[in-house]
Amino acid sequence: MSASTTMPVLEARGLSTHFVSRGGVVKAVDEVSFSVARGRVLGLVGESGSGKSVTGFSILGLVDPPGRIVGGEVLFQGRNLVGLAEHEIRHLRGNRIAMVFQDPMMTLNPVLRIDTQMVQAVFAHQRMSRADARGRARETLAMVGMPSPDEQLEAYPHQFSGGMRQRVAIAIAMLHRPDVIVADEPTTALDVTIQAQILAEVQKLAREQGTAMIWITHDLSVIAGLADDVAVMYAGRIVESGTVDEVLDSPAHPYTRGLIDSVPSSNSCGERLRQIRGMTPNLRNLAPGCAFRFRCDRADDACTRDPPRVERPLGHAFRCFHPMTVS
Amino acid sequence: MSAAPGRPEEGSLPLRLTAQSANGALKSEAVIELRDVSKQFGPAPDAIARFGVRMGWMKPPRVARAVDRVDLQFTRGEVVGLVGESGCGKSTVGRMVAGILRPSQGTMLYRGQSVDAMSAAAARQAKLKVQMIFQDPYGSLNPRKRVAQIIGEAPRVHGLIDGDFDAYVDAQLQRAGLDPAYKRRFPHEFSGGQRQRINIARALAVDPEFLVCDEAVAALDVSIQAQILNLFMDLREQLNLTYLFISHDLGVVRHLSDRVAIMYLGRIVEQAKAVEIFARPNHPYTQALLSEVPRITARHRTFAAIRGELPSPLRPPPGCHFHSRCPHAMPRCSQEAPVLREIAPGHHSACHLNDSN
Repeated sequence: MSASTTMPVLEARGLSTHFVSRGGVVKAVDEVSFSVARGRVLGLVGESGSGKSVTGFSILGLVDPPGRIVGGEVLFQGRNLVGLAEHEIRHLRGNRIAMVFQDPMMTLNPVLRIDTQMVQAVFAHQRMSRADARGRARETLAMVGMPSPDEQLEAYPHQFSGGMRQRVAIAIAMLHRPDVIVADEPTTALDVTIQAQILAEVQKLAREQGTAMIWITHDLSVIAGLADDVAVMYAGRIVESGTVDEVLDSPAHPYTRGLIDSVPSSNSCGERLRQIRGMTPNLRNLAPGCAFRFRCDRADDACTRDPPRVERPLGHAFRCFHPMTVS
Repeated sequence: MSAAPGRPEEGSLPLRLTAQSANGALKSEAVIELRDVSKQFGPAPDAIARFGVRMGWMKPPRVARAVDRVDLQFTRGEVVGLVGESGCGKSTVGRMVAGILRPSQGTMLYRGQSVDAMSAAAARQAKLKVQMIFQDPYGSLNPRKRVAQIIGEAPRVHGLIDGDFDAYVDAQLQRAGLDPAYKRRFPHEFSGGQRQRINIARALAVDPEFLVCDEAVAALDVSIQAQILNLFMDLREQLNLTYLFISHDLGVVRHLSDRVAIMYLGRIVEQAKAVEIFARPNHPYTQALLSEVPRITARHRTFAAIRGELPSPLRPPPGCHFHSRCPHAMPRCSQEAPVLREIAPGHHSACHLNDSN
């Protein structure tokens, strides 16, 4: 539990991204606040449709219409990115703040060699000779643990396995030694052994380069091993946040508790898992109040109002009227 | 266990293991048994190519050995977990068990009887008793059919419905935890978890005794995954089903399985009771896999990965397939393939390290 009192590199304050359509308003991200400091990893956990990816896109200003950031601010080194002109955010995106996506085949251009793509990415933000840019690409590939980077630079994306492609995608994100990397489920499609290799590289990079990371995933066990802090999202809101140890050992929100219980663990063999009943709600025209109340055993009339943010020591915060009893 | 008729001699491959005879006692109750089953994928050589190869003018076509001499028994009511990385052949094994693919070599026995030797009608009956549930709950349902048609079609064709069609479909839906009122809907109107329930209802509608679940919960959210896993366990108790549970997720496999087989590049490298394999993994690959599984209880851990990636099944490394990534590799490992030997009662492992001590 290192001191998180250092100034955050990236901070979201009351960030709201809504999708307006004829059928109603989808509050994909609703008043979300979090911060991440240099060299720290923030895990953003949630199930599909919880708004975790849209949160990531909102940070980089990548939300397409009909989606729109309707409120709040994203502060990068104290500067608000929301409402910034496109050419200004473009200067930061891929340079100071980079993103890694789930499917590396969508990130990489299938008809260009790796070196072409990486050199182009270098030129997008820096002026240097082609040879220098290629050297930078080579060096970054080696940094993410790519074996024989010189040969791999000549290759096309289809010649790589999924894990190798994801390494290239991470290398491209690292090209300009960004201050923040937003990673959206980058290891979900990979095998356990390859996932472990990538997590090892990422961990090393965050430590050595001091890069702040926002790691978006549905997998609590990855977060447990990798992240320093965690924010749990449900139906567009952060329902609980804090350090990994606080949140996973003594979860306050019934949803977090349910998620933890849903993961098969070593001491649950052969028994029924304690499941969360029901399904994730439809975000369109979501009624006010706690969105989890329809699946929650503790819900009562109070839950039809919006639960306030309750703060506990050590930066542990949650939104619930009936939190789990914790020591 | 004599060689199956028509199996070509392959002198370069390891001798058949004899330790398997210990399983003789199980044979009578084995629902399905794979004996020395292999599956290759590759172009079928035409007459000219065959002639050319025989005369030494042409190279034999490259084939991928997806499954390489696998023995596996399934006792009634048992859950067998099959674990491996993508491309290791675990889905191919599942498809052969389900009767979707035919083994290239080896025999598959259904209730002690070779499927190849069965009459067409008996083989069809045997196939019907083994049903499969696929990974993708979206791709595995016909989007143009209503749920009632999807579930009711197979039992109607096979003459399994005695009474009312609607009542039969309702019962199947209820068993899978779905509201029968939804039966007039189309698959796109359901969420992922519900679609997987439709898949389960469809598989169970023909009254199978064996379910092959190929990554059946991999595409689902954690909370939904727990619901489906619970459903699998309930159904197992109610219907005395036997499962082949194929997954890359060791947590899920550990939770559900009685016995676990670990595959690497087409071969089973270790096989034991679930409790045993997770407590005392023997093969270096199993050990590496287990150490790399992220766990909720393991915080701020340092990830130390096994090096390298799964080699291509078109050009598997000689000897032990794992030697290129193994931390304990010896010269012998690249020359001689280890056989699956019994190292403790019911615990089989294929590693040369077991010979030295």
